[in-house]
Amino acid sequence: MPDQITLVVNGSPVLVPSGTSVAAAIAIAGHACRTSVAGEPRGPLCGMGICFECRVTINGTPHRRACQVFGETGMDVRTEE
Amino acid sequence: MQQQFDVLVVGGGPAGIAAAVRAAECGARVGIVDDNATLGGQIWRGDSAQASEAVEWRGKLQASGVTPLCGTRVFHQPRPGVLLAEHDEELRVLHYRSLILATGARERFLPFPGWTLPNVMGAGGLQAMVKAGLPIRGKRVVVAGTGPLLLAVAAYLRKNGAEIPMICEQASLNSLARFAVTLLGQPQKIKQALQLKKEVGGVSLATSSWPLAAHGKKAVDSVTISRRGKSATIACDYLACGFHLVPNIELPLLLGCQIRGGYVQVDNLQQTSVRGVFCAGEPTSIGGVESSLVEGQIAGLVAGGRTEEARKLFGARERARRFASLLDQTFRLRAELRKLPSPETLVCRCEDVSYARLQKHVGWRAAKLQTRCGMGPCQGRICGPATQFFFKWNPDSVRPPVFPVRVENLGAFAGQPDPQETAISGGHE
Amino acid sequence: MSKVTYDVVIVGCGIVGAACAIEFARRGMHVAVVDREVVGGGATAAGMGHIVVMDDSDAQFALTRYSQQLWQQLTPDLPNDVEYEQCGTIWVAADEEEMNEVHRKHDYYRNRGVLTEILDPARLMELEPNLRDGFAGGLLVPEDGVLYPPCAARFLMERAQERGAKLKTGVSVVQIGPGQVRLSDGLEIRAGIVVNATGAAAPELSPSVDIKKRKGHLVITDRYPGFLRHQLVELGYLKSAHAISSDSVAFNVQPRRTGQILIGSSRQYGADSDEVDNNILTRMLRRAQEYMPALGSLSAIRAWTGFRAATPDKLPLIGPAPGDKTQHLAAGHEGLGITTSLGTARILADHITGSQPQIPIEPYLPSRAVKEYAHA
Repeated sequence: MPDQITLVVNGSPVLVPSGTSVAAAIAIAGHACRTSVAGEPRGPLCGMGICFECRVTINGTPHRRACQVFGETGMDVRTEE
Repeated sequence: MQQQFDVLVVGGGPAGIAAAVRAAECGARVGIVDDNATLGGQIWRGDSAQASEAVEWRGKLQASGVTPLCGTRVFHQPRPGVLLAEHDEELRVLHYRSLILATGARERFLPFPGWTLPNVMGAGGLQAMVKAGLPIRGKRVVVAGTGPLLLAVAAYLRKNGAEIPMICEQASLNSLARFAVTLLGQPQKIKQALQLKKEVGGVSLATSSWPLAAHGKKAVDSVTISRRGKSATIACDYLACGFHLVPNIELPLLLGCQIRGGYVQVDNLQQTSVRGVFCAGEPTSIGGVESSLVEGQIAGLVAGGRTEEARKLFGARERARRFASLLDQTFRLRAELRKLPSPETLVCRCEDVSYARLQKHVGWRAAKLQTRCGMGPCQGRICGPATQFFFKWNPDSVRPPVFPVRVENLGAFAGQPDPQETAISGGHE
Repeated sequence: MSKVTYDVVIVGCGIVGAACAIEFARRGMHVAVVDREVVGGGATAAGMGHIVVMDDSDAQFALTRYSQQLWQQLTPDLPNDVEYEQCGTIWVAADEEEMNEVHRKHDYYRNRGVLTEILDPARLMELEPNLRDGFAGGLLVPEDGVLYPPCAARFLMERAQERGAKLKTGVSVVQIGPGQVRLSDGLEIRAGIVVNATGAAAPELSPSVDIKKRKGHLVITDRYPGFLRHQLVELGYLKSAHAISSDSVAFNVQPRRTGQILIGSSRQYGADSDEVDNNILTRMLRRAQEYMPALGSLSAIRAWTGFRAATPDKLPLIGPAPGDKTQHLAAGHEGLGITTSLGTARILADHITGSQPQIPIEPYLPSRAVKEYAHA
């Protein structure tokens, strides 16, 4: 298993240690995860997969909970900002 | 994909692991299901997975032959004896003879102005994020809310290089002192407490204290807290705020288990009101690791057919339950917290519903129908406990799916053929 | 509520009860409304919230069209949370037989001034790219719409309250008698007219009423803006609504303004439990995916059930209850309650006040049911 992985967040590569969640990678890249119904930026709240604030599109599939997914090299992550 | 088990355990935290191990030792074919990528639940996560107790139990699990089903979310029971779950994008059909629900607990969130800002998270929430790679070294974190989790989180963050300007605990100094004194009767707990003291020593612990507002533009940059009537504003990079725990009773509710006072009712063998369904750990009452381990073992032994051995653990459970009751008393929410939200403070984050909009409704159902509070993907897991505390509203029935699931999987299990099945005429059969 | 005598007491504050409340109130009548739960609960809360013209019978068409026009007049006043969208309906034809039905409907509607457009397969796919390939075409009815019913019911009730109507929720009616209702809290309300607008529960208060519960299931997804633009219905829907005794499912999806997709539909008689029935749910979702395979990968966040109020001839009961001149019915709307609520209220109020209703009330009079039964 490689020590570092590179995922792509909103088109830009982000290098993180392996074992980093997508939610943490998004935070490292300086993004919020989604925009709320009323237009607020939102990031992870519960860290355990039940609040759904960390929903992002991963490899084309929307509404994935970023805190429950570990980053993989080449993963394409799009936030809804 | 269909799998058969004698005993199926839902939830891979301490209660679930203990249940699975004991059931397997009885010779049962056991499976353990958890949404997370690895077992351990919330408490035995990341580097805490290296704590000796965690290592010991996970070792037992590995040796036991239990089938782990990680990254797997149970979402429906189409009929007794079968649970449907989703793994990656695929359906898992899990058949069982006995079911042990060890679904754990989640943090209780109470809305206050600014709580929706990025980098305001639960206390356990921030800890989980750090364990999953969020850098915290050199960052300032205010920890607030209530419960033993606050100290544990503060200690953990500090160990990982964070600066903790303050811990704001809403319980009074008296409550905490009583808690501490009662712990004197439990050597194991004293050891834990002393260890904690070492790790948190030097951090300012404010009692009778709670957050008034989080401030910031794109993320939180400071928080105003109340401390015995006076307010103070503290600059911070993160606010880790949670108000103790609420049990995850959604799956028990879906299965028809009797609930009392918000917890799953179980007899002394950890059996629920539904035949063949057991419940152990936090869903029966918030008691922490020890309670979970004891209850899990009892459930596993009974499900595995060794009821007499289970009875030997009744004493340990009794002791653990006393701690649970103490926790409950010590960290009870004080009435002032009902004033935390301002009228514009959002209570439902999925649908952005403010406190003011909710306040005018007579109950949960009216509020839900009129504002859509609780209708988002979290299905009231975040806003429900808050509305219960603010308005004394009771949540309504749980419906499948217990967790969001792909439409194709929700409709994938035909089960027994329906004798009344009538093909719709037209077109393409 | 004090011991005042009202002109009308309406039992049930779903969409029909609420529509009746504003209709009577705006004619200057003193109105009381009672609901055992909340405003806009019941089938109003459970259903899809469409406003559609239907042509099962001339009487059904008359009521749906009249009522749709009343909704159109109301749309400028509807608040945001009613989420009214004139998204239109597309009736999807799977084969030549259903395409013939498309042509029949097109002619029927055209002769009655309802705008429709026949869609060939290419045009159908252009309008709804997530439908599978291979359909024979469809019929677009652009004036149809959708809204969010619980808020619509609340809006109508608030309008009635602005004109002095009184509302009591969380209290049930234990007895209906001539000119009075008795509530579960002991209160007795006297009124010249009592309207039973309790939907599938109508027989509880008026035992002679032939209304049966017809259970339905729905599923809602997370937000996928742009996935679906129109309400889509399979033409087999009609065949399902026709069948009196069997359990059936049919493809019926609806876009919400939120971007969520509502997936239906199912119909069952004799199912009294409100629990989600896995077999029906599975059949319904499979049917939906047959029409729109891309639905399969959407995230479903909740499934639920509701009870429509069904009558033997599929027309609602509007008017005096047989045998009791003071009691009126406004119930039995099956899957068209939202659509026909405004029209129901209007013709009922006209009938009671002696005005000429804009469409004949005869087909909906409860007294007709006795005749229908005799011929069956």
